[in-house]
Amino acid sequence: MVQFSGARLDASFAALSDATRRGILERLGIADASITDLAEKFHMTLTGMKKHVGVLEQAGLVTTEKVGRVRTCKLGLRRLEEEAAWIERYRQLWDARFDELDKVVEELKQKENVDGRKKRQ
Amino acid sequence: MDVRKDSERTSIKNRTTVERKSDREVVVTRTFHAPAHIVFEAWTTPELFKQWWVPKSMGMILRSCEMDVRVGGRYRLEFEPDAMAFFGTYLEVTPHSRLVWTNDEGGEGGSVTTVTFEEKDGKTLLVLHELHPSKEALDAAGTGAADALVETFEQLDELLVTLDASVGRP
Repeated sequence: MVQFSGARLDASFAALSDATRRGILERLGIADASITDLAEKFHMTLTGMKKHVGVLEQAGLVTTEKVGRVRTCKLGLRRLEEEAAWIERYRQLWDARFDELDKVVEELKQKENVDGRKKRQ
Repeated sequence: MDVRKDSERTSIKNRTTVERKSDREVVVTRTFHAPAHIVFEAWTTPELFKQWWVPKSMGMILRSCEMDVRVGGRYRLEFEPDAMAFFGTYLEVTPHSRLVWTNDEGGEGGSVTTVTFEEKDGKTLLVLHELHPSKEALDAAGTGAADALVETFEQLDELLVTLDASVGRP
């Protein structure tokens, strides 16, 4: 089971609450685009578009990569999938470890019960 | 995965949850059906700790385990076959409720692990919090540690059980 932190979900929902930003995601769903492309498409200044992309990037919904002088934006869903996979691998490790710990704890508990009974007798 | 099978397993097993609280923090939780002093004992007694810290599926053996569980005390875990070692210092030791230690194998400024044991109705909620020096360090820690947990070992175990069951049959 994958759990995303509340803070990240808040960031995602905040990012999605804006119509322009939803439009940007739709646009990036069709093809990757540079900040300049997006600014033109949405009739905005570069600075304004950078802000919107920044919010989406913070929420993990968009990733950007600068090649030369062009910053290309793409959907960040893969990053979310990677994060989910990371969490699941980590969880498996701890789950296996804690299953073993469960056995140790169970043994200790039984031993204590037996000892406790002996003391009372 | 078979949904029914998965839900059955959940009902039997205690749930382990993992959450990335921030770029540098990860939190693992699990409830144990025992009082806190018992769970704490299993974390602070080397002979007991050795029995569970390295699950069989990791394909490694914890060769030695030294723990001086007190503030400023050191611990050292050594593994086979590749002689890897984990070591560090206990920063906080509050019996039955809280342990904090550093992980120094990566050099200065390693991660810090905090484990709290919260007892309620005879059960213990265990919360393990790791704070890493950077996002990259946390990414690497998760990938590295979990990569050691090879799924094929589980598959091999299943295979061996199957083989064992079929041996001796006419």
